[in-house]
Amino acid sequence: MVGAACAFYAARAGLRTVLVDRGPVAGGTTGAGEGNLLVSDKEPGPELELALLSLELWRRLVAEDPGLRTAVEYEAKGGLVVGSEYAGLAALEEFAARQRAGGVAAVGVDASELRSLEPNLDGGLAGGVLYPQDCQVMPALAAAHLVREARRAGAVLRTGEVVTAVRRAAGDGGRVLGVRTSRGDIHAPAVVNAAGTWGGEIAALAGAHLPVLPRRGFVLVTEPLPPRTVRHKVYSADYVADVASDSAALQTSAVVEGTAAGPVLIGASRERVGFDRTFSLPAVRRLAAQAVGLFPVLGRVGVVRGYLGFRPYLPDHLPAIGPDARVPGLHHACGHEGAGIGLATGTGHLVAQGLIGEVPELDLAAFRPDRFGAEESG
Amino acid sequence: MRVARVRMRMRKPVGSEGRQERGGRAGAGAVVVVGAGPAGVAAAVCAADQGVRVVLVDSAVRAGGQFYRQPDARWGARRPQVLHHGWRTWQRLTARLDAHLADGQVTHLAERHVWFVERAGGDGFVVHALGGSGQDRPETVRGDAVLLATGAYEKVLPFPGWTLPGVVTAGGAQAMLKGGLVLPPGRTVVVAGTGPLLMPVAAGLAAAGARVGALIESAGPGRLAWGAAKVAGHPAKLAEGARYAAALVWRGVPVRTGHAVVAAHGSVRLEAVTVAALDAEGRVRAGTGRRIACDALAVGHGLLPHTGLAGALGCRIEETAYGGWGVAVDGEQRTDLPGVWAAGEASGVGGAELALAEGEIAGRSIAARLRGREPDRRGCAAAAGTRAGLRAFARVIDGVYGPPAQWAERVGDDTVVCRCEEVPASAVRSAVAGLGATDLRSVKLLTRAGMGWCQGRVCAPGVAGVAGCAWSPASRVLAQPVPLAVLAREEGAAP
Ligand SMILES: Cc1cc2nc3c(=O)[nH]c(=O)nc-3n(C[C@H](O)[C@H](O)[C@H](O)COP(=O)(O)OP(=O)(O)OC[C@H]3O[C@@H](n4cnc5c(N)ncnc54)[C@H](O)[C@@H]3O)c2cc1C
Ligand SMILES: Cc1cc2nc3c(=O)[nH]c(=O)nc-3n(C[C@H](O)[C@H](O)[C@H](O)COP(=O)(O)OP(=O)(O)OC[C@H]3O[C@@H](n4cnc5c(N)ncnc54)[C@H](O)[C@@H]3O)c2cc1C
Repeated sequence: MVGAACAFYAARAGLRTVLVDRGPVAGGTTGAGEGNLLVSDKEPGPELELALLSLELWRRLVAEDPGLRTAVEYEAKGGLVVGSEYAGLAALEEFAARQRAGGVAAVGVDASELRSLEPNLDGGLAGGVLYPQDCQVMPALAAAHLVREARRAGAVLRTGEVVTAVRRAAGDGGRVLGVRTSRGDIHAPAVVNAAGTWGGEIAALAGAHLPVLPRRGFVLVTEPLPPRTVRHKVYSADYVADVASDSAALQTSAVVEGTAAGPVLIGASRERVGFDRTFSLPAVRRLAAQAVGLFPVLGRVGVVRGYLGFRPYLPDHLPAIGPDARVPGLHHACGHEGAGIGLATGTGHLVAQGLIGEVPELDLAAFRPDRFGAEESG
Repeated sequence: MRVARVRMRMRKPVGSEGRQERGGRAGAGAVVVVGAGPAGVAAAVCAADQGVRVVLVDSAVRAGGQFYRQPDARWGARRPQVLHHGWRTWQRLTARLDAHLADGQVTHLAERHVWFVERAGGDGFVVHALGGSGQDRPETVRGDAVLLATGAYEKVLPFPGWTLPGVVTAGGAQAMLKGGLVLPPGRTVVVAGTGPLLMPVAAGLAAAGARVGALIESAGPGRLAWGAAKVAGHPAKLAEGARYAAALVWRGVPVRTGHAVVAAHGSVRLEAVTVAALDAEGRVRAGTGRRIACDALAVGHGLLPHTGLAGALGCRIEETAYGGWGVAVDGEQRTDLPGVWAAGEASGVGGAELALAEGEIAGRSIAARLRGREPDRRGCAAAAGTRAGLRAFARVIDGVYGPPAQWAERVGDDTVVCRCEEVPASAVRSAVAGLGATDLRSVKLLTRAGMGWCQGRVCAPGVAGVAGCAWSPASRVLAQPVPLAVLAREEGAAP
C-alpha cells in the first residue's frame, strides 16, 4: 500500500517512477490486514497529524474520481468507541477531549444514542464517543487502483522482481545509483524503501540500520450479513485505561466492522512472535469473545475464515519517513505498524515532496529514519 | 527421533469406559482418527487390535467415506454391494470395527465436523469438532496422537453453463446413488470430464437404471493405450477397468475419448450439452461440436486432497511422487509434525485400496510409536508392498488423465468462475492484466474469487487456470465455518 502511494504521488509529481515488488501487487501485509483509516485510536502527536493529513488526501482522491471511490470500497462510516462501565467511559471521554484539542472530531454519545447509532449493540453499554472522520477502504483494491493510477501517470510496474542490492557510488558520499534486482540493474538517483515488514532488509542492503520487526495479527471474517448489521467501526474503550501504562495494549481490543461485500471483519490481535504462521486459538478466541460481547447477535454467525499478517513496527511505534541522512538518495517509507493503509496517502505525498526537493508539508523530525542509531548495521 | 516428543502413556484397554470419554479426555495411549473412510477405518482397526484406544471422528452418518459410503438405514436399501467392488474387504474390516466398537476400544463419533486440530503443548492434541443438526454444538476430543484421514474431494473446472441447475459433480452423482439409491426415472445423464472415476460413476448410474447419454473423457485414445500398456503389471486393475468398460458397452453407453463438454445449455436448468472432439493440443476441432439433450451432467476433473486441517496444524504439504498434492508423509505415514499421521487421499490421491494399505501402515505405526517402539517391519510388509504397487499405478493414471491443456481458453468472459461470490472470468482476467495480480492469492484479494462460503475449495483450480497461475492447496485456518459464539465460549474453558 505504501509503495503504491509513493509511486502514485511521485509519478503525479512528474518523476520517472519504477515500482518493483518481488511478489504481486498487495502481496505483502497489505493483503493480510484491514482497511481502517482511523483517527479515533490515535493520541495527539506526530502520528495523529500524519493521520489527519492522510485522511484529507484519501478524501480528495475519491472526491476527484467517484469511480475510484467504489473501486477501493471507500466508506466514510465513522468510528464508534464504546464504554462498558463508567470508569472506562470516563477515561475515554478524557482521551477524546485531548484528541479534540489535536483536531479530531469526537462526539460524546450516551446509552440511548448508542442504540440508535448501532441497534445491535449489547444493551449493557454505558455510552461512547463517535468519531465521524474514521473511514474504511479495501486495502488490496486500494493499493491496486493506486498502482493503476500511477501507471496511467507514467509509472512502470515490475512484479515478481526481487531487489537484491542497493547500488551506491564509490565516492560522492556513497550516493545511491539505483538497485540491483533478480532481473538486472535499475538506474535511479533516488530509491524509496517501501518494503513494509521487510524494510529493515532493504535498509541493510544500503548499509543503513532500521530495526523493522514483525508483529502478528489475526483477523476473523464472518459469513455475509445483511447490510447495516454493524454500521460503524465499533470497538471497546477498555483499552483506554491501558494506554498510559502500555501503548502496545492499545489495539488488542477487537474492532468490529461491516464491509461493502457483506462479511463482518473482526480484528485484530497483536503479538510479537516473529514470522510464526501457525494459527493461535487463544488469540482468535479472545477476538471472538470481544466481538460477541459488543454484538451478541454475532454469536450465531459463522466465521468462514481467519487470516493473519505481520505488521511492520519500529521500536517507538512510529514509521520511518523521508530521506536517510546516512545514505544520500535513499528515502524510507516503512514501519507503519497497524496503520499503514490509513497513513499511506500522507506518507506518499510527503515522500514525493522530499524527492522533488520541496519542503514537506509536515515536520518529519519524529519519523527520521536514522533515529535508531547505527548499531548492527550492514 | 521425531517420536520422542509424542507422549507415551499407555494404559490397559478400559472397555466400556470409552463411552464416557466422548467430548472429554480419551485417555492415555489414545489416537484420534479424523475421517472414517477406508484409510481411517483401517488405521483405527489396526491400532485398536494392538490395544490403542481410538476415537474415530467423521462428518458422515456412517463409516465408509467416499467409496464405501453406506446407505442410511432409513432408506432401507437392500443391496448396496452392487455398486462396489472390494465389498467383501470392506465387510471384513467393518466386522472388526464393530467388534472394537462393542468392546469400547474404538469410539465412533459420527456427524462431527472437525474444524481445527490444536497442538496442546507437550500434552498431545485437542480435536475441535461441531456436532448437531446445525453444526453448532462444540465438542473436543483429546488424544496423544492424531491421524488425518480426511480423504479428497472432486475438482471441477468451469466451462460456459457449468453453474446451471442439473450440473453436478461426478462424485456427487455417485454419492446420491450410494447414499440413497434414488434416481428420477427416465432421465438422461451425461458423465464428462477426465479421470478414472468417470467409468465407475457412469457404470453405477447405468446399473441403477439411469439412461447414460454418453461418457465424455477428454484424455485421448493414445494416452489411454499408453496407460493400458504401462499398467500391464497390474492385471487386477486392468481387469477392473475392462469390467467397467464392458458394463458400459453392455448397457449401450457411448464412450467418447478425446472429447469434452464445451458448453452446457438451458434457460432455467440444464437441457443439453455441446460435446466436441479435441486435437492433440487440447483445442476443439472445428466443426465437431454436437448437441446432446440431457437432464443432468455429472462432471469431474480428478480429485484434490483435503489438506486443510493438516495445513492449519503446520504440516508440510507437497506434490507427491505419484501426482497431485498431499500431506507429506514418511514410510510410516508420519507427517513432519511429531504425533501427527496422515493416510489415504489426504496424503495423496490413489484410490480406495491404497487408502486401505496406508491406513493399515499408519495404524500399526501409531500403536508402536505410542509405546516407544519401532513398528514391526514384517507385520507391515504386505501392506507396504501393496502401497508401493498402487502408488506406481497411481503415477501411470496421473500421466494418462488430466484436463486438456487449453481448457481455460474456452471459459467465456461472462462465465462465472466463483459461484459463491459470482465472479466472472472477465474480472479475473482484468485483475491479472490491469491490477498487478500474479498469483492466486492476489487474484482472490482483487476479485473476491474464492472468498465466499466454500473458501475457494470449489473454484480455486478453475480461477487459477483462467488467471494463468499455479494452483496449490491454500492454507486455511478453519476447516469449516464456526459460529462466533463457539469460538468465544471456548475461551478459558478447560478442554
Ligand atoms: C491483521 C492486521 C490488521 C491491520 N489493520 C489495519 C487497519 O485497519 N488499518 C491500517 O491502516 N493498517 C492496518 N494494518 C497495517 C497495514 O496492513 C500495514 O501497515 C500496511 O499494509 C503496510 O504496507 P506496506 O506497503 O508498508 O507493506 P507491504 O504491504 O507488506 O508491502 C511491502 C512490499 O515489499 C515487498 N518486498 C519486500 N522485500 C522486497 C525485496 N527485497 N524486493 C522486492 N520487493 C520486496 C513485499 O513483497 C511487499 O509486497 C493491519 C495489519 C495487520 C497484520
Ligand atoms: C466419485 C468417486 C468415485 C470413486 N470410485 C472409485 C473406484 O471405483 N475405485 C477406487 O479405488 N476408488 C474410487 N474412488 C476413490 C475412493 O473414494 C477414495 O480413494 C477413498 O475413498 C479414499 O479413502 P480415504 O479414507 O482416504 O478418504 P474418504 O473415503 O474420502 O474418507 C474421508 C472421510 O473423512 C471425512 N472428513 C473429511 N474431513 C472431515 C472433517 N473436517 N471432519 C470430520 N470428518 C471429515 C469425510 O466425511 C469422509 O467420511 C472414488 C471417489 C469418488 C469421489
